[in-house]
Amino acid sequence: MTSLRTKPHLGLALIALALALLPFVVSATLGNAWLRILDFALIYIMLALGLNIVVGFAGLLDLGYIAFYAVGAYLYALLASPHFGLHWPVWAILPLGALVAGVFGVLLGAPTLRLRGDYLAIVTLGFGEIVRIFMNNLNAPINITNGPKGIARIDPITIAGHPLSKSLDVFGFTVPGLALYYYLFLVLAILIIVVGIRLQDSRIGRAWVAIREDEIAAKACGIDTRNVKLLAFAMGASFGGVAGGLFAGFQEFVSPESFGLMESVMVLCMVVLGGMGHIPGVILGGLLLAVLPEAFRHGAAPLQQALFGKTLIDPENLRMLLFGLALILVMLYKPAGLWPEPRHRAELKKS
Amino acid sequence: MTVLLEAHGIGKRFGGVQALKDVSLTIREGEIYGLIGPNGAGKTTFFNVLTGLYPRDEGEITFAGQPLALGSPHRVTRAGIARTFQNIRLFANMTALENVMVGRHARTKVDVGGAVFRTRAQRTEEAAIKRRAEELLHYVGIADRANDMAKNLSYGDQRRLEIARALATEPKLLALDEPAAGMNATETASLRTLIAGLRDDGLTVLLIEHDVKLVMGLCDRVAVLDYGQKIIEDIPATVRADPRVIEAYLGTGAA
Amino acid sequence: MDIFLQQLVNGLTLGSIYALVALGYTMVYGILGLINFAHGEVVMIGALVALAVMKLLAASGLPLPLIFLIALIVAAMACMVLGFSIERIAYRPLRNAPRLAPLITAIGVSIVLQQLAMMIWGRSYHAVPSLLPAESYEVLGAQITQLQLIILLVAALTMTGLILLVNRTRLGRAMRATAENPAIAGLMGVDANRIIAMTFMIGSALGALAGVLVSANYGIAHYNMGFMLGLKAFTAAVLGGIGNLGGAMLGGVLLGVIEALGAGYIGDLTGGVLGSHYQDVFAFFVLIVVLVFRPSGLMGEKVSERA
Repeated sequence: MTSLRTKPHLGLALIALALALLPFVVSATLGNAWLRILDFALIYIMLALGLNIVVGFAGLLDLGYIAFYAVGAYLYALLASPHFGLHWPVWAILPLGALVAGVFGVLLGAPTLRLRGDYLAIVTLGFGEIVRIFMNNLNAPINITNGPKGIARIDPITIAGHPLSKSLDVFGFTVPGLALYYYLFLVLAILIIVVGIRLQDSRIGRAWVAIREDEIAAKACGIDTRNVKLLAFAMGASFGGVAGGLFAGFQEFVSPESFGLMESVMVLCMVVLGGMGHIPGVILGGLLLAVLPEAFRHGAAPLQQALFGKTLIDPENLRMLLFGLALILVMLYKPAGLWPEPRHRAELKKS
Repeated sequence: MTVLLEAHGIGKRFGGVQALKDVSLTIREGEIYGLIGPNGAGKTTFFNVLTGLYPRDEGEITFAGQPLALGSPHRVTRAGIARTFQNIRLFANMTALENVMVGRHARTKVDVGGAVFRTRAQRTEEAAIKRRAEELLHYVGIADRANDMAKNLSYGDQRRLEIARALATEPKLLALDEPAAGMNATETASLRTLIAGLRDDGLTVLLIEHDVKLVMGLCDRVAVLDYGQKIIEDIPATVRADPRVIEAYLGTGAA
Repeated sequence: MDIFLQQLVNGLTLGSIYALVALGYTMVYGILGLINFAHGEVVMIGALVALAVMKLLAASGLPLPLIFLIALIVAAMACMVLGFSIERIAYRPLRNAPRLAPLITAIGVSIVLQQLAMMIWGRSYHAVPSLLPAESYEVLGAQITQLQLIILLVAALTMTGLILLVNRTRLGRAMRATAENPAIAGLMGVDANRIIAMTFMIGSALGALAGVLVSANYGIAHYNMGFMLGLKAFTAAVLGGIGNLGGAMLGGVLLGVIEALGAGYIGDLTGGVLGSHYQDVFAFFVLIVVLVFRPSGLMGEKVSERA
């Protein structure tokens, strides 16, 4: 009995230790470029978890999710950069970003949530494009977004007076900035995971899944489907807003290019490939899609050199090609995703 | 006996088709009220109007002394009318227990904040939801299937689960839309025991049914719809003997 | 007034191309209830294949209209094969899969096609040779070029042909039956798989034609040209009422006109605050407004919730 009770704690401790050491292992073996990719992977995981609430739990197909990420990122950029000469602290911007993105979510959702699934997908897609086009063009007559050039020299995220872009000496031991960002993102990602799990196991989470399964029956159970869907939209959007703020502070630069439809598609693929509605699956999906394409970008050219003596296919080209093929193949052979909820997997096998 | 539900002059049109015309009926507290009629007589339409799924074109409904708002099925449920569906609508990829837990939604209130911070109130409420759901599964006799996916239950058990889910909303009136459809004789018999038990426990039941034998044997009063109009509302013995009812079911050939 | 007419002419031309692409979306949606996300890329492939054929035959000495016709036929055939393969590989195995699965494969196909096109034709813009003299006619103060006239004419003829095909032929009847209810159509002896494949091929051929016309209209072709075009055409299909052929045509033409007029007047309307670079916003703005106030589109049937 005691071993059963202590083992999970031991396991957790080991995982925590592994996660704590990961940035050093990565930067020592693969280099800092990979540590940076790891940081981005954490941001993507947060995004995917946010979208999972909307698509995975509530079953609302949102193809413009990246717009909320953009809202969070631009909010950070405008409030903490020389562009307007504002330098707000991160702890003030992130909650505000979550709030503003959430409000955008409600604004988009309120008129559109009674639409059928495919139509909702297209409207959200259109909304995402509208946000991007405005960012591209709101540099005149008043320069708000600085147009296609984007906003540069954004303040790095600063915690307790220390900008995370600079390395920190802890007891004579140097922790590089990229690792500091890693720890911050990791903590926030875990926070979002916990929030996601708790929501899923609650009255609200059950209502979301009920709507996904059968909206009319959900209404008959006394669920105000409109409000509950709006809540899903707002929650998902606010996760996206937080991730966007982190992205802006980490990158220290934002431009409309980062918020195209392809990015929305990428995040949606993380959710669907991983396993819609299943939080561990979505984390796996986020990690894979953030890391694998980069691996190809870095590994494809040398590999081709070794095999053929020259680079036959442009690595960037190859990366996207394989990404597209992977989407097709995974859906053909595992339509419920790579790591679906165990009970759903049982269902699929049967049918 | 006190009146629980009073529908007055209900009318519903689909395009040019008058699906319901001036339907008035009264359901008293504690009775099993049967609504029968030939195919296409407007039974399910009346049901959908009553439960707010379709907006009604004419008429008033008073429930438990209050006028029943138009539209919005979830408000109807909150007001105390729960329903099942003719073609069972369960949450297929949720367990039986979770299905019933969803039914508690309208009677519980912890919001996102409570869920995220796992407040004491949330944990208490969550435990109560689960306990109540287990009780209800036990009540309808499928406690042993609690952790099975709804779609893996047998047909009869799915019907029972739907009733348990409806009961979870704490209804004053339980409206069952052809609960015996597709059931064999044994299943129908045990369903009959279940419904009679509901009445004995003080619930009012509105029963739409094709199976005339079941309705006549179970209901305290019966109304018959034909071509969207109510032709009679009385005790089963009288209804059974009424020539208009016989005509509606058998047709006269001359009509 | 002449600005209005000019923009109207430009809008009609563009709109008739949108309509051709929208037909591809709406036909597939009508039968499978599926957004064929890859359709925009089929249009792009059509344009680039036609261009390649034209370049190949440029030195052959054949008369220009003949070269153009050969290029168009080759492009249409290439796209039909492509459409057939896409349906066979990416959609058919997923007919009974969760709703999102075919959407993801469609996105995958779209990415693959774009990358392949980039590998074959490169990232650069290709100039499309003008086959017609830049002569134009003046109608009520608006200039209409020969090219615009031909685009309008070809689009109108093709759409008439399609309507005849769907309404007057055995194949068309089978298509309508399959769209109505595949199971019943199957019982009546309609081979649903064959009909679906045919639908994809016809839609792709229309897409190839649209690709050729749009690249001629703008004078350029590019591996990335299909994406925005596809998006707008889909918008047009939804605007008209998805699944409805007449709706797709009306939606396409309407969207083209709204865009052209919007781009022409937005500066005046907003006192110069917003300029014509907001052109792309109109499509989506119109889409959102239509869906909110008339979710079934302009010509779609009202779908009531079933209990």
